[in-house]
This record gives sequence, structure tokens and C-alpha cells, in this order.
Amino acid sequence: MTKVTMTVNGKSVSGEVKGNTLLTEFLRDGLRLTGTHVGCDTSQCGACVVHVNGEAVKSCTMFAAEADGSEVKTIEGMANADGSLNVIQQAFQDYHGLQCGFCTPGMVMSAAALLKDNPKPTEAEVRDYLEGNICRCTGYHNIVRAIMAASGQDVPAVAAE
Amino acid sequence: MYSFDIQRPTSVGDAVAALGTDEALPLGGGQTLIPTLKQRLSAPSVLVSLSGIAEMKGVCTGDDGALCIGGGTTHATVAKEASVYPGLAALAGNIGDPAVRNRGTIGGSLANNDPSACYPAAALGSGATIVTNTRSIAADDYFQGMFATALNEGEIITEVRFPVPEKSAYMKFEQPASRFALVGVFVAKYADGVRVAVTGASEEGVFRWTEAEAALSSNFSADAVPAAPSGDGMISDLHGSGAYRAHLVAVMTKRAVAAAS
Repeated sequence: MTKVTMTVNGKSVSGEVKGNTLLTEFLRDGLRLTGTHVGCDTSQCGACVVHVNGEAVKSCTMFAAEADGSEVKTIEGMANADGSLNVIQQAFQDYHGLQCGFCTPGMVMSAAALLKDNPKPTEAEVRDYLEGNICRCTGYHNIVRAIMAASGQDVPAVAAE
Repeated sequence: MYSFDIQRPTSVGDAVAALGTDEALPLGGGQTLIPTLKQRLSAPSVLVSLSGIAEMKGVCTGDDGALCIGGGTTHATVAKEASVYPGLAALAGNIGDPAVRNRGTIGGSLANNDPSACYPAAALGSGATIVTNTRSIAADDYFQGMFATALNEGEIITEVRFPVPEKSAYMKFEQPASRFALVGVFVAKYADGVRVAVTGASEEGVFRWTEAEAALSSNFSADAVPAAPSGDGMISDLHGSGAYRAHLVAVMTKRAVAAAS
């Protein structure tokens, strides 16, 4: 067992992990932050996306020991300080950017990473950036609309042909 | 996954020492190795994570004008910082997806030498030098077939040096589900000739298409690309026959020449 210490959603946390403990296991089972989902566990679906030192990563494909000393942000840390939904989360609600909701945490974390680097993406850039996030309900159009709205841009009436 | 210990050295020397134990494996970004471990296709006793080694990260220009990229540099960083070599930066920016690019490393990709990976085409197509903790290896000597390289056990890629070409481009025909290269062609035009490297196509892994190199060295235009090579020895699977991949080699080469900048 190895002791790891990291900052998760602004709070310093530590715990004992095995060598093969994945970051997602540490977050979900160790810290009970179950908003980060495990969809495929093969680094394809993106439901487990979190930010490590400000960068989007698939937490099912990173060991907890490798996040030692890092700043980690999960979906639980995305709301505004007063508990209200942040602009991306609110846009997902307003534009019905979710159906079953399983992929949503990863979609929101990826969207936040995109908008940090590219505050006014084109629709094509949004779709390209979401390449690693799979929505099994195939609700992509409204997810893209929500991200366009969250970036303060006009939202296409029909998102795609 | 089987159980193993994980170590996180902060220097190349400590990493090499840690890899000296039996059944130790280096861990780059883990975007291939971790899925492999999950499938129990690999059973190390110790994983030596290279992600904490600052001296292996970063992009810079060497005294000879070559672009030097630390072995632990992520694809996302190369995409952002290798602007002096736009063909290479564009290749790095189209590997996997954004989250994968934030973890996967150039050294990990080259050490793994997946027959459909993008970086081997760039390294071979640029005549790059693979620098390890013990020696420098020319790309022409480095790639030795599918998943096979000149690396010894416990040898770590610390840096990759790319001579910067006058023009270059990488064209990838993506397998639509995995987005790996069904065929990818890297073309680089240097003052002393053109190099053309092909990934995804051959049973022997990445290779140089020498007929195209000869033709393009005398006339660098898409029209000069020769007829498709033989499909013999090309990968044939449910995604495409060997003949189909051979055809794509010529098509992707033409597109790369047309796009080169």
C-alpha cells in the first residue's frame, strides 16, 4: 500500500492505495465521490473524465498513485459556490443535454476543459473535442447545443443535419 | 488487474535502477499499458511510472536546429508546442481523443510501436533519432516489426530528436470505430530528399515506401506518387484487405503531398 495525498475539489485528502488502484476507484470507493462514472472501463467512453492539474483525463486509465500531489476536480466540484449549477451544468439542463444522464459527468468535465482552452468553439470544434465521450442514448445534438449555449454563442435551432 | 507495486521516480537514474528488478515494466502515459493490464495480458511485479520525471518532459530546439521532445512529453503538449514542425504538431493533435492526448506520451508510443500508431510514422518519416538513457538510435534502425523495437529491457526513451523538414504532412485514414490509423502516411521534404513512412498497413509495422521517396525527391507533387504498392504483406482483417490497404497507401501519400506545408 502507498499513501497518496491530493487536493480534490479544493480539499486536501489522503488515503492508502494499492499499486493497481485506479484514480476512478480512489474517487468513487475511497472518497465516495460517485458522480464520476465508469462506463466502459476501457478508456473509450469518457464517462470517467475528471481534471488533473486542470487537464481532462480518463480516470479509469490513470493510477491513483500517479495523481499523488495533484489537483483533481470532479463533477462534484463543478457547481457554483452557492450550490447552484454552473453555466455548463445549467446549459445542459436548459437544452436537455442528457437523457439517461450516465455520460453527463464526463461530458460536463470535457466541455469545461474545452471552454477553458477555447472559449468560443465552433460547432465542429465541439463535436471534434467530444470524440472521446460516448453517449449511449445518442443525445449528441442537445449536448452540442448546450455547450454552444454555455459558451455564450448562438445555439443552432437544428444542431446537425 | 493482477497486483503490483507502483514506483514513481523523479529522475531517469532512479527509474533505470527501479527497472533493474525482475518483472518490472516502465509506465509512460498508460493509455495502452493500463488497458493491457486490465485484460491481464501483462503481469509485472513492479510498474515504474515515468510521469514524475521532469527532465523527460518538454519541447525545445537543439543546437543543430532539430526539434527535441522529451520522452515523457504528452501528445497534447507536442500539439501545442511543436509549432516549428507543423506536420508533427498536427499529427500529435489528432492521436486518440483530448483526454488520451493529455496522458499519452511520445516515448510510450514509440516504445510500444503499435503497427497502427501515428508517432512511428513521424519518427521514421523524419529520420528522427531516438535517444535513450544509454545511446542514440537512428529511426531506420529502431523499428523492428510489429511491437518490436531496438530497445533493450529496462531501456528508457528520454528524448526524440526530429530534423525539421521544409514541408511535411501526415494523412490518416481512420478506422471509424477505433480511430486508429487503418493507414497513415507521413511525408517530409528535406533539402536532400523526401521521406515517406507508412503506418497501419504492413504486417512488418511501420515502413518507408522507397519508390515514392525516389519519385517525390525528383518531383514533389501528388501526380508523381507511383502506383500503389503490392498488397502482399499488408495487414488483412475485417476492416480491410491487404489490397485495400495498399491502395490507401498511395491515396494517403498523394493527399499528404498535396497538404504538405
